[in-house]
Amino acid sequence: MMEYVNIIIDDKKIQAEKGQTILKAARAVGIEIPTLCYYELNGQKLENRPGGCRVCVVEVAGRKNLAPACATEVMEGMEIKTHSLRVVNARRTVVELLLSDHPASCLICSKSGNCELQSLAHKLGIRDIPFRGEQSMYKKDDSPAIIREMNKCIMCRRCETVCNKLQTVGALSAVNRGFMAVVAPAFEQDLVQSPCVMCGQCVQACPVGALSEVNQTRQVIHAINNPNKTVVVQTAPAVRVALGEEFGFEPGTIVTGKMAAALRRIGFDYVFDTDFAADLTIMEEGTELLGRISKFMAGDKSVRLPILTSCCPGWVNFFETNYPDMLDVPSTAKSPQQMFGAVAKNYWAEKIGIKREDMIVVSVMPCVAKKFECQRDEFKENGNPDVDYSITTRELAELIKQFNIDFNSLPEEDFDNPLGASTGAAVIFGATGGVIEAATRTAYEIFTGKSLEKVDFTALRGLEGVRSAEVDFNGTPIKIGIAHGLGNARKLLDMVRNGEANFHAIEVMACPGGCVGGAGQPFHHGDFSKVEKRFEAIYREDAGKPIRKSHENPYIKQLYEEFLGKPCGEKSHHLLHTHYFDKSKQIEVEG
Amino acid sequence: MHLLVCGGTGCSASQSAKIVENLQLELKRQGQEDVQVILTGCFGFCEKGPIVKVMPDNTFYTEVKPEDAGEIVAEHVIKGRKVTRLLYTDPENKEHISDSKHMGFYKKQLRIALRNCGFIDPENIDEYVANDGYAAVAKVLTEMSAEQVIEEIKLSGLRGRGGGGFPTGLKWEIASKNHADQKYVVCNADEGDPGAFMDRSILEGDPHSVIEAMTINGFAIGATKGLIYIRAEYPLAIHRLQIAIGQAREYGLLGKNIFGSGFDFDIELRYGAGAFVCGEETALIHSMEGLRGEPTFKPPFPAQSGYLGKPTNVNNVETYANIPIIILKGANWFNKIGTEKSKGTKVFALAGQINNVGLIEVPMGITLREVIYEIGGGIKNGRAFKAVQTGGPSGGCLTEKHLDTPIDYDNLIAAGSMMGSGGMVVMDDTSCMVSIAKFYLEFTVEESCGKCTPCRVGNKRLHEILEKITKGNGTMEDLDALRNLAAVIKDTALCGLGQTSPNPVLSTLDNFGDEYLEHVKDKKCRAGVCKSLMKYVIDPEACVGCTACARNCPVNAIAGEKKMPHVINTELCIKCGACIERCKFNAISIK
Amino acid sequence: MTQIKSLADLKALKSNIQEKMDTRAKGNKDGLVAVKVAMATCGIAAGAKQVFDYFLTECEKRHIDIVLTQTGCMGYCHAEPTIEVTLPGKEPIVFGYVDTQKADEIIEKYIKNGELVDGIIPVNYETVQKN
Repeated sequence: MMEYVNIIIDDKKIQAEKGQTILKAARAVGIEIPTLCYYELNGQKLENRPGGCRVCVVEVAGRKNLAPACATEVMEGMEIKTHSLRVVNARRTVVELLLSDHPASCLICSKSGNCELQSLAHKLGIRDIPFRGEQSMYKKDDSPAIIREMNKCIMCRRCETVCNKLQTVGALSAVNRGFMAVVAPAFEQDLVQSPCVMCGQCVQACPVGALSEVNQTRQVIHAINNPNKTVVVQTAPAVRVALGEEFGFEPGTIVTGKMAAALRRIGFDYVFDTDFAADLTIMEEGTELLGRISKFMAGDKSVRLPILTSCCPGWVNFFETNYPDMLDVPSTAKSPQQMFGAVAKNYWAEKIGIKREDMIVVSVMPCVAKKFECQRDEFKENGNPDVDYSITTRELAELIKQFNIDFNSLPEEDFDNPLGASTGAAVIFGATGGVIEAATRTAYEIFTGKSLEKVDFTALRGLEGVRSAEVDFNGTPIKIGIAHGLGNARKLLDMVRNGEANFHAIEVMACPGGCVGGAGQPFHHGDFSKVEKRFEAIYREDAGKPIRKSHENPYIKQLYEEFLGKPCGEKSHHLLHTHYFDKSKQIEVEG
Repeated sequence: MHLLVCGGTGCSASQSAKIVENLQLELKRQGQEDVQVILTGCFGFCEKGPIVKVMPDNTFYTEVKPEDAGEIVAEHVIKGRKVTRLLYTDPENKEHISDSKHMGFYKKQLRIALRNCGFIDPENIDEYVANDGYAAVAKVLTEMSAEQVIEEIKLSGLRGRGGGGFPTGLKWEIASKNHADQKYVVCNADEGDPGAFMDRSILEGDPHSVIEAMTINGFAIGATKGLIYIRAEYPLAIHRLQIAIGQAREYGLLGKNIFGSGFDFDIELRYGAGAFVCGEETALIHSMEGLRGEPTFKPPFPAQSGYLGKPTNVNNVETYANIPIIILKGANWFNKIGTEKSKGTKVFALAGQINNVGLIEVPMGITLREVIYEIGGGIKNGRAFKAVQTGGPSGGCLTEKHLDTPIDYDNLIAAGSMMGSGGMVVMDDTSCMVSIAKFYLEFTVEESCGKCTPCRVGNKRLHEILEKITKGNGTMEDLDALRNLAAVIKDTALCGLGQTSPNPVLSTLDNFGDEYLEHVKDKKCRAGVCKSLMKYVIDPEACVGCTACARNCPVNAIAGEKKMPHVINTELCIKCGACIERCKFNAISIK
Repeated sequence: MTQIKSLADLKALKSNIQEKMDTRAKGNKDGLVAVKVAMATCGIAAGAKQVFDYFLTECEKRHIDIVLTQTGCMGYCHAEPTIEVTLPGKEPIVFGYVDTQKADEIIEKYIKNGELVDGIIPVNYETVQKN
C-alpha cells in the first residue's frame, strides 16, 4: 500500500507519496523545479544528489533556510513555494554565482546547445553576471579519448558519482577545498595516469563542457578530401537507433537507411557496417566458446571458464586494470570495430587493389572508449592502425550538419557490400545481452547440429544490471551471466573470482543498457527512458532482418571461403584475435 | 602580613606604581618594615581599580589613591582596623564588603566544565578518581536505567557546546530510539575556530571527564563503541587522551563488564587533518569513514544513520565535560545555573585587545560587559571598546549596544551572532570592521569544503567585494550586492557552516554600516587599517622644508624646494611611513 | 594495577588517594610544599617545561621537599607560564609569568620564608564543589 501525505505546493493542495522528495512530488503535478547537479539513471540504481548546486531550492513554511527540493522529503502538511520572490532571487543568485566562475566561451564550447547550465541561465533570463572576480583555473587534461577542461567544472559531482558508484572505476573524486575544489584523478594527475578506463560515462553525465570526447571530425574531413586515400566507414549497431535524436526524431527511431545515405553524401568511398564484423565476431567468439566448453566437458582442467566477451573496450580496459589475475579468461576475439579494421585493411584493400596505407578506416561508434581502442599498439601494423579514426554518434551528426545535409529528407539507402551485409544477430550487439544472444543463436546450432525453431532468447534480454539465465543446448544446460555498467560487472566478476558463481559465458558491457547507452550517444541528460527506447529499437531492427543468425550471413561465409579459412584458424588467429595486458601497475600513484 | 597591589594594566594606568612606592615609604616611616608590598597580576576588577588587598585577612580595598597609603598603614597594618571608606560597596544593598571572598565579583566565573583543569594531574587517573572521577559512571551503571540517564540530561537543559546549541538530552533520546546492532558515540574534538582552544584545554587538563561522559553516553543510547575525532594538530591532547584511555582500561573503567554491570564500552581515537568543515558532524563522520570530509544534507541525521550507516551520537568535548557533574549533582542543580533556555556555564577563549586574555568559564546569562570589564580587565592600553566577535567565523560582531545583553544561545543569535564554540575576540577602535569581516571571510573561503555553490563561489565573491571596498574601489552597488549575496548564502548553503559564514559580514553591515559607507563614499578608514584608503599629508604650516622626508622617500613621491613646505604626490606614495619616521616637526600625518 | 570492579572498589580507591592528595594540596605535618605547573599546550609553549624541570632539580639541590605535579590549563593565558604553590596550611597562591629567575625567587622567598613575591595572579573564579 502506497502511503500518501497532504501537501500544498504553489497554493495547490495535492497528495504526494510518502518518502518522495519535493522535486518528484512537484514533477508529478507538472511543476518543473529546475535542477543542475541532480542526476538519476532510472532503473539503474544510480542517483547523484549531493545537494550541492542549490539551484532547486524552494521555500518550506516554518523552515529557516530554503530547502533543496531534490533532497527534502515531503511531510504531512508541508507548505512549499517554488517561485516566491525569495526563491527566485536565491535561485538566480546561485546561478549567477556559478556563471561568475565559468568561462563564458559558449560559442566555441563542445557542449554548446547541450549545456544544462546554458539552458538554465537562459531559462532564468540571466542577461548579466553581477559578480566579477577570480576564475578557477586548472590545466587542460588531454587523453586519447576524453578531454578534461576543469575551468568549466561546476562541481555537480555527476562524473564522480558515475565513475565510482555506477562504474566502480574510481578514477575521479573531489579534490582541493573551497574555491579550488574540483573533481579530478588522485593528486590531480592526468586521466591516463589514473585507473580511468575511458568508458566516457562521465562525459555523458557532465552537464557542461568540462568533460568531452576528443573530436576527430576535422581529421575525417581531411581524409575524405584527400584524393590519394580510399576512405571506408563502418557504423556500430547502436548508432542507427540514436542518431535520429540529433535531428529531432523521437528516441528509438531507426534511421539506418538515412544514415547510410548521409555517409555516402559526406563522401565516404565505401559505406560499410560494423554489423558485418559483429557477425564475424560471433563466428570467432562462438567457436572459441564451444571449443572451451567441449574441452571442459572432456575433463580438461586447464580450460578457463566462463568465457568473457571482449567487444567492449571500456570493459577490456577495466579487467586489464582490475583483474590482472584473470587475463586468460576473456575471449581473445577482437572487438567488431577492430575485426572490421583488420578485414578492411587486409582483405578489402587487397581486393580493390590498394595498399593498406592508402586506406583510411573511420568508425562511427556510440562510444568514447573506441577512440582509445583503435589507438592501441597491438591494433597497428608498422604503425598503421587498422582503424584510423573513431568518431561518436554525436560527431557523425556534427559532420552531417557540416556537410549541409538535410538529414530528415534523405532517402533510405543500403550499405555497400560485402562488408555492409549483416544479420539480426549483429544488430543486437548494441543492447545489453545482445552479444551473448547472438552467440547463443550460432553456438546452439553448431553445438547441437539442429536448427533453432525460435531465435529470440528473451531470457537473456532486459535492463536489470546483473542477469543470469540457463540455455538448454539440447540437454546440456549452458549457464550465462550478463552485466552492464562496470559496477555490475565487478559484482559478477568478484563472484566468479571467489568461486561463488559458475558460468559458461558472461557478457559485459561497460555502459548502462549496453551500447545504446554509450557515452558517445546523443546526450540523454539523465533521461534513461531515451536509452530504453533505443534498446527496444535494437530488437525491432533485429526482428525486421531477413537473416538473424551470424553464421548464415552469406558474405561471412564468402570471407571464410575466400580469405580466412575457418573460424579460429591460423589466419583468424593472426587477424581477428588479440591478447591482454596487466595494467594494474601502470596507474601512477605518488607519495 | 602582605599588601598586594594590583599591577594589571588598568591599575597601573591609575598609578598603582605610585601606590606601591607610597606604601613602602609609609611602612618604613611607621616602622613596619617586616610587612611586604607585592605587585600582582590583574584582579580583573579594573572598574574599581586600583586594588590593594591585605593578606592574610583578604581585605579588599578599591579605588585606592597614592595618598591613601599612610592611612592604610596606620589604621590597618598597625591598629588592625579596616579603612571602611576604601572597602568595596555592594551595589545592591550598599553594604561594605571587606572579605574579597564574599564579593559577587568572584562569582562571575564558575568552573564546571573546567572543574579539574589546572587542579589535577591529567596524566594520573587516581587524581581524577579522588575528585569524584568515575563516580558518575558508577552511579549510572549501578543505579540508573538508560531512560533515567537521558531524562536527567534532558531535565538539566544542557545544550550542545559546539556551536549549534541542540539540546543534548534530546539528541541522546533520538539516538537511543533508533535500533541497530551497533551504535556509536563520537566526541567531536575537531576544534577549528581561529583562536579557540576550549576543547584542547579540557582534553589536556581533564581527559578522563570526557572518557567518563562518553561511557555514560554509550550506556544511555546503547552504544558500545566510542570514537574521539581529534585534530592531529593537538599532539599533547592526543598524548594525554591515550594515557587516560590506557589507564581507564587498566582499571577496567573501559572495556568489558564495567563495574560488573554487564555493560561494555571502549574508545578509539581518530585523527582529523585540521579541516574546519570537519567540525560539522556529517563531515566529521565522513572523514572518519575515510571519505572526503564534506557535509551531507540532513536528514538522515547521524542519530539515524551516522558512522558506517549506524545510529551515532556526536557531542562536543565541552558538552561531555559537563555530563559527569550533572549526573553527580543532579539536573536540578545544573538547571538553576544560567538563563531560562540556556543552562549551565560556557567556556570562552577570551582574546583580542583585552587585558586579561584567557580561558574563562561563566554562567549563561552573564553580560558581555561583565566578561570584558570585570573578567577581562577591560580594553588594553585604556583604548575605547569597539566590538566583540563571538562564534568564530560563523559568528558576528557585536557592539556597544549589546554589552548588557545576557549571553545565551538565543540572545546571541537574535543579536546577529552566535555562541559558536566559544571564541570571543574583543576589538578596540584600532580595528576596522570591514577588514574584520574580510578576515573572517578569508578563513571561510580557505576552509569551505567546496561542495555547495553558495559557500564555494558565494563566499569567494563576498570576499572579493570586501577586498574591493577596503582597496577604496567600492561602490554603493557593492554594498547592496554584499547584503543580497550574504543573505542568499545564509538562505541556501548546504551545511550549518556555510549558512552562518556570512554572519561576520551581515553583523558588521548592521552594526557598523557607517564604517562601510565611509570606506565607499569618503574613501576613508577611520581605524587607519586599510592602507589603500590612507593618505599621507604634509601640513604646510608645520613643514620647514628640511627635505628629510623627500630624501628618504623610496619612490620619490615627495617634492618641494629647500626651506619651503613639501608636498606628497599621493599617486606615487606607497604609504610605507618612512617620511613620518624622518620628520622631526610632526608635519606629516595620515588622513 | 588492580581493576575497579564495583562501586565499593571505586570508593576505596578514592578515599585512599584522597588522603594522599590532601597531603599534597594542603601540606602535612612533614611540611611538604605542593607546586603545580600548568602544562597545557599554551603553558608549555610559554616555557612551563623549563620551569617544571627547574623546580625539580633546584629543590633537590637546595634540599627542599616539594610535591611537584603537572596540571592542565588554569585559564590565565595572559600570564603563562603559571604555577600554583601551596605552603603547608596555607591557601594556594598562583604566580604568573614564571621563568627560571622568578622560580628561583619563589623558592628562596616564598617557599623557604613564606614571603610573597611580585607576580601573584589573583584567582578570579569559583570552581563547582563536587559534593
